[in-house]
Amino acid sequence: MHTISRRAFVFGSAAIAGGIAFGAFGDVAQAAAASDNPLSSGLGPNAVTFNPWVEIRPDKITLIAQHTDIGQGVGSLQPIMIAEEMDLDPGQFEIRFAGPSPAYFNSGFAEEFAPFVAADQSPAAEEARAAALEYLRKTGLQMTGGSSTVPDTYQKLRVAGAVARETLKVAAAKRAGVAVADVRTQSGNVILPDGKKIAYVDLAADAAKIPPVLDAKPRDPSQWRMLGKPMVRLDVRAKVLGNLKFGIDMKMDGMLYASVKLNPNKGQPLKSYDASQARTMPGVKKILEIKNGVAVVATNSWYAIKAVETINCEWAPSTYPAEQADHWKVLESSFRPEFLGKEWKKVGDVETGLKTGTGVVAEYRAPYLAHQPLEPLNGLGLVTEKGMEIWVSHQSPQFVQSIAAAAIGLKPEQVTFHNQWAGGSFGHRLEYENVRVLAEIANQMRGTPIKLVFSREQDFLQDIPRQIAIARHRGSVERGRIVAADLQLASTAPLKGLLERSGAPSKDPDGQLAAGLRNVYYDIPNFRATSYEAQGLSPSTTWRSVGASTSGFFTESFMDELIHAAGLDPMKARIAMCTVPHYRKVLETVAEMSDWKGPLGNGRGRGVAFVESFGTPVAEVVEVAKTEQGIRIEKVWVAADVGKVMDPINFENQVQGAVVWGLGHAINCELTYAKGAVQQTNYNQHEAMRIYQCPAIEVRGLENDPKVRGVGEPPVPPAAPALANAIFAATGQRIREMPFNKFIDFV
Amino acid sequence: MIELTVNGTKHRVDVVPEMPLLWVLRDELGITSPKYGCGVAQCGACTVQIDGMAVRSCQAHIGEIAGKSVVTLEGLEKRDEHPVVQAWLEHQVPQCGYCQTGQIMQAISLLNLVAKPTDKDINEVMSGNLCRCGTYPRIRAAIHAAVKKMAEK
Repeated sequence: MHTISRRAFVFGSAAIAGGIAFGAFGDVAQAAAASDNPLSSGLGPNAVTFNPWVEIRPDKITLIAQHTDIGQGVGSLQPIMIAEEMDLDPGQFEIRFAGPSPAYFNSGFAEEFAPFVAADQSPAAEEARAAALEYLRKTGLQMTGGSSTVPDTYQKLRVAGAVARETLKVAAAKRAGVAVADVRTQSGNVILPDGKKIAYVDLAADAAKIPPVLDAKPRDPSQWRMLGKPMVRLDVRAKVLGNLKFGIDMKMDGMLYASVKLNPNKGQPLKSYDASQARTMPGVKKILEIKNGVAVVATNSWYAIKAVETINCEWAPSTYPAEQADHWKVLESSFRPEFLGKEWKKVGDVETGLKTGTGVVAEYRAPYLAHQPLEPLNGLGLVTEKGMEIWVSHQSPQFVQSIAAAAIGLKPEQVTFHNQWAGGSFGHRLEYENVRVLAEIANQMRGTPIKLVFSREQDFLQDIPRQIAIARHRGSVERGRIVAADLQLASTAPLKGLLERSGAPSKDPDGQLAAGLRNVYYDIPNFRATSYEAQGLSPSTTWRSVGASTSGFFTESFMDELIHAAGLDPMKARIAMCTVPHYRKVLETVAEMSDWKGPLGNGRGRGVAFVESFGTPVAEVVEVAKTEQGIRIEKVWVAADVGKVMDPINFENQVQGAVVWGLGHAINCELTYAKGAVQQTNYNQHEAMRIYQCPAIEVRGLENDPKVRGVGEPPVPPAAPALANAIFAATGQRIREMPFNKFIDFV
Repeated sequence: MIELTVNGTKHRVDVVPEMPLLWVLRDELGITSPKYGCGVAQCGACTVQIDGMAVRSCQAHIGEIAGKSVVTLEGLEKRDEHPVVQAWLEHQVPQCGYCQTGQIMQAISLLNLVAKPTDKDINEVMSGNLCRCGTYPRIRAAIHAAVKKMAEK
């Protein structure tokens, strides 16, 4: 894994995205071999590990969460999937985040790695996905993202739990001299035929001496005790009581605090600086020059933050346009063959189709956006002659090692990474600025543990934004149907940017620019989807729902325009045109939930949108009311098909949160550049949604998809177009650019 | 040295009087439920009570609150049984959870001001508390549930 070749990352044409677990039985069997299981080393006496997810010592059971918890609840769900099969109850085990290891490669990325849309489950598509899986297995890439945690782990963690359970049964039966078929498991014990119990922890030594039962089968969902039913997230109590330690709460004896000022011209170096005032300020221990800025080390975070603010820096200028207007100009001129990303789909004869009937042409825009999870970038690091230890929340453990190591001349294996609970991410903790900077500071402060905290302002200034994009869509309608749609997108390339900064650049077209553009499931006889990749603009990266966050808005707004031009009802037309039966069911469900009956009148309006992203089809209806002061978003209905709802409560919370995310940023937010730096540096300038604007959100999960899908991101993309379509229904005003509050007020 | 009482315990801290209470709590006293989110009273994650009032601890200079009584979520009387805490647990409000300690402290302050808040009251008092995960529908439901719990007591 440590030497990821470029070839190992032909992700450009695919996506870091959701999918399903393939061949998980094989995974567990292979990973159980001692050489592959990272838990095998340092296990200690009388302890056992059956696979990379289960560890039993005489005093405790530890279940490993390989995916990072960034608020989506997988720090709870992953261990519960294992516990379900092991017959463990909450409270009977500890949770630990996985260290870096290829044993934790993300099989979920296989789904979109293959060049087929999610709804295509033909033998050819499945074959390509199986090949993609083998490829991922070889790279060993461990990463949280693309709403892939449940698709990746649904099978393998239940199998991991089943293997543990069956092996413990064999160990107990052997010790008691009874047949395995006569013992059972319950609440952390093996129950012998006479009713006597042996606790799992007391069986660890015995179980270590026998081969694991690798053909153990997970239970049928009908037998589940916890999964699929409303459950209590394991992290909720600690979070409500204020006891949970996030990365920013980590402490160590002898620790000093650091904060930074970095070149706001992203990626460019420091030229010179004057720290004379900072040197005299209270609590300041050290002023350090680092690659692209300065750091202050102090006895308190606030001393460090205040002192570093006073340092005058001369920065190297940006390589991208200094002013926002020029970013738009570059995008506008990117619809040209030399910037072609890819023609993702072509059906029928688009040019002839466009000349038929009534034409519709529209241009849409989406700005740069910040991630800004509420916990700012931070980290605790210690560099000694042996190497570096780092405590930070991150979605790509192996890249934390390679980035930190490269920054200070170590080998990746000299960096020990301890993953932490995250106060949100939304894609922010896939980037590395805090990791690299912390390595540099801790290296200059060898032997002293350093706690780095970015000020909110620095976090905004260094936030690698969501892609900026323009769509130029053309279409035609005739006799009540859509004849042609030609979807053209010019955008920066978020996934390519992330891969490049991860040390694995790709020359392939950015697959995330196909999301929401290619995967359009309407029966349109002449259809084409093309992406262009703008060059020389601000770096961009994955932002909750990535490519679909912009293209979902463009495509579903444009479809609405075509539907209205054809004189059709937006809901009925979508249902009639939808080509995938279980996707149609998602639309029918949201129509039923909202009791859709066409126009509302009286200054009220409803809009609908449907987007599949990361394999999960989501339909949303938004209802708005026109008031004296502006538009009020009153109600949202959401239907999503994930194949299997693992926890209805967390499912609802995730969907509601994604809708709030999608709506809030669509109406209120943009990042703009001036003099090479973003102009928005705190929440008052990039507010997203606060509670006063939050509508009631009704959610329903469907289970018709034959594959298990994720839901952290997919409800984001339909939110903005459903709202824009509702505003059109209420006011006749068609908003084609985010943020909407540039054109209409919201209350 | 500046003296203050936090959660009923007296502390003496050797910091400049301009230091915001937030950083005294977090870095000097190791009390981490108040969170740093924005530093400029835009997010509410650092909310604590000073003499019974909800305050953004990032804005309260330690020199000005010397001698006053500070209560953080850790120090709530009968914290586990507090109706607001109970409602938050039952509704499983948190996602990432980073803002929730501030949300809870603000909600307690709201219920001290208005015994039975309407959605409009909730909007007015809770809009200073940002939740990037979007748990607002659950925050609203939990506040209404807490009102019921308090009435039952």
